[in-house]
Amino acid sequence: MSEVVISAEGLAKRYKIGNRRSRRAATDTSQHEFWALQDLSFEVRDGEVLGIVGRNGAGKTTLLKILARITEPTKGSVRLTGRVGALLEVGTGFHPELTGRENVFLNGGILGMSRSEIRGKFDEIVAFSEIERFIDTPVKRYSSGMYVRLAFAVAAHFEPEILVIDEVLAVGDIAFQKKCLGKMHEVATQGRTVLFVSHNTGAVVELCTRAILLEGGRKVAEGPVDQVIDTYSQLLGSNAGASAVFEADPNLAASLLEVSVRSTADAERTGIDIADGLEIAVCYRISDRLPGLAVALTLARNSVPLLHAWSSESIPDDEVAEPGTYVANYALPGMFLKGGFYTVGVIIGTPETLYQDFREVVAFEIDELRTNSHSRSYRRDRPGHIISPGSWRTEQVGSGLDAKVPSK
Amino acid sequence: MTPAATERGLEESALSHRVTIIRPTTGWSALRVHELWSFREILYFLIWRDLKVRYRQTLIGAAWVLLQPLALLAVIVVVFGFFVDIPSEGVPYPVFVYTALIPWTLFAQSMTSASQSLIANSALISKIYFPRLLLPIGTAGSFLVDFVIGMALLAAMMAIYGTQPDAAALLLPLFTVLALVTALGVGTLMSAINVRHRDVQAIMPLLLQLWLFASPVAYPITLIPEQFRTLYGLNPMATVISGFRWGLLGTPPPPVGMAAASVTMCTLLAVIGISIFRRTERTFADVI
Repeated sequence: MSEVVISAEGLAKRYKIGNRRSRRAATDTSQHEFWALQDLSFEVRDGEVLGIVGRNGAGKTTLLKILARITEPTKGSVRLTGRVGALLEVGTGFHPELTGRENVFLNGGILGMSRSEIRGKFDEIVAFSEIERFIDTPVKRYSSGMYVRLAFAVAAHFEPEILVIDEVLAVGDIAFQKKCLGKMHEVATQGRTVLFVSHNTGAVVELCTRAILLEGGRKVAEGPVDQVIDTYSQLLGSNAGASAVFEADPNLAASLLEVSVRSTADAERTGIDIADGLEIAVCYRISDRLPGLAVALTLARNSVPLLHAWSSESIPDDEVAEPGTYVANYALPGMFLKGGFYTVGVIIGTPETLYQDFREVVAFEIDELRTNSHSRSYRRDRPGHIISPGSWRTEQVGSGLDAKVPSK
Repeated sequence: MTPAATERGLEESALSHRVTIIRPTTGWSALRVHELWSFREILYFLIWRDLKVRYRQTLIGAAWVLLQPLALLAVIVVVFGFFVDIPSEGVPYPVFVYTALIPWTLFAQSMTSASQSLIANSALISKIYFPRLLLPIGTAGSFLVDFVIGMALLAAMMAIYGTQPDAAALLLPLFTVLALVTALGVGTLMSAINVRHRDVQAIMPLLLQLWLFASPVAYPITLIPEQFRTLYGLNPMATVISGFRWGLLGTPPPPVGMAAASVTMCTLLAVIGISIFRRTERTFADVI
């Protein structure tokens, strides 16, 4: 077993909230306090890559700031063995008036690299950033893409014994992202001790061996990365199995009772992973014989309708629905919807009459729990609402630069 | 022990030399000079950045280093030299004033920029650890370069007016240190207060104006009645300026009582400023 290089005991951090005047007047101070971290203990061994996951506000950033010595804990202590380098953002200290070259030195120096160290790695950094031509241009004239490339390039060549990183790797265009992730992989497998904090659990799974789950400032799970991610997905459960229940309308011949969305993956896990199949069930009741009755779903993201599906598509046109209660199931495959929030709208009717129309009645979230979407075209913040169903095939059609486009 | 095991053992002992303990601290804390020293590379980069950026994208660049005190000099010479006709201890009045403006400019700029240094670098404070004292020290340090350029112009001016420096000129570094430490004492205190209360930004220009008239820039200290000169020394700039004139223009040296008062005051300001800075330092990242 290798040596323990980070050992945290009973860490806690309290923030005071509200303005000072009200705090002075208050008799009950607990109302103006907020514990961002409570009683957190953990150990990291030399060469381990530890992931820290949790929802927003779970205390991840506070923990990083304590480890990076930016802020002090209110209670507890951490014992660190070796030089700690923290990357809480890329390009810390970049000055817009300075050139790319000057900023490489400035940023590197501020991160804790010596001048000779930066000089030794300078060519490598510039080559990694792919902006050789602009290295002597002030960075204020850079596009934001060029800026983050250069910033990440410096960060990627920062090699402390213990590296503490926030989600800084998601920068630039797809090709550059791949490169960043590759570099992260390299760091993680080089035997360096890394603490990696991310919302993108897929990236954590890919890079880390062990993980800690924080919730409300406390450690709620610790262990092999797969187990911790499972616990995390259960924690996210509240927004996973979504449903809406309606009162049946006695005046209508057909009315909706319930709409529910759930993952087809095993029932233990409640979060919906991007790779899980989806089942949307519509329960309705009819009190008359209704020819051509059907329900239809509208799936939307950010109020942009993605698809509209009629249950009548799989029913013969002349079929007559008998009175009773029905459940119509609509199945969607996994790896179809991108990570994000979606809404479902439902209508029920016949070709002649529209009985009910409920728009955006159920909302659910697809999470990238096991799949790292950072370097993929279906990352949340990229254009497009669904994962591309097409496939690419690229082949060389000529050897010289003067090759003609082959005619069909 | 096998060679590999020995190597591993060495490696481990090398690692254990750099153990850092993070725990809550309270109350007053020591200055920890060795830590400041171990982060000297960052100090270098901070000074380097300030110098690189200061006059970039200006038309006349570094000439501003000279123009700023020269403009002030022109005002003082016209108002006090021509209209009021203040005595200048037998030295041509422009040289007399400029000799004072050189350390004064260093003092004023160091103090002002030190008081702004934490706010101006809030992005660094919330993302990177280093001893925060390096920020006021670094920004004050960058003005030392401007100071040296100003001294070069002063030398040219002295040659034109034919004034001779005295052997006491060798003491100039001491007076420079007195000015810088005073500026840093007030600057660190103000920068720490500035993190919580931005009122400092309104106070600083006012404080500087008062301090300028309270210092013997436009007038000689002989204008102060003799029995009040020790008291006058509580403004360390009084000793700094008369020290500069003594060394460069051969005027009488600052009285011992006045110099002692200045050094005491300077030490007191530095101790108060740095202590309060160190005491509040741990909350900077949380409140900035």
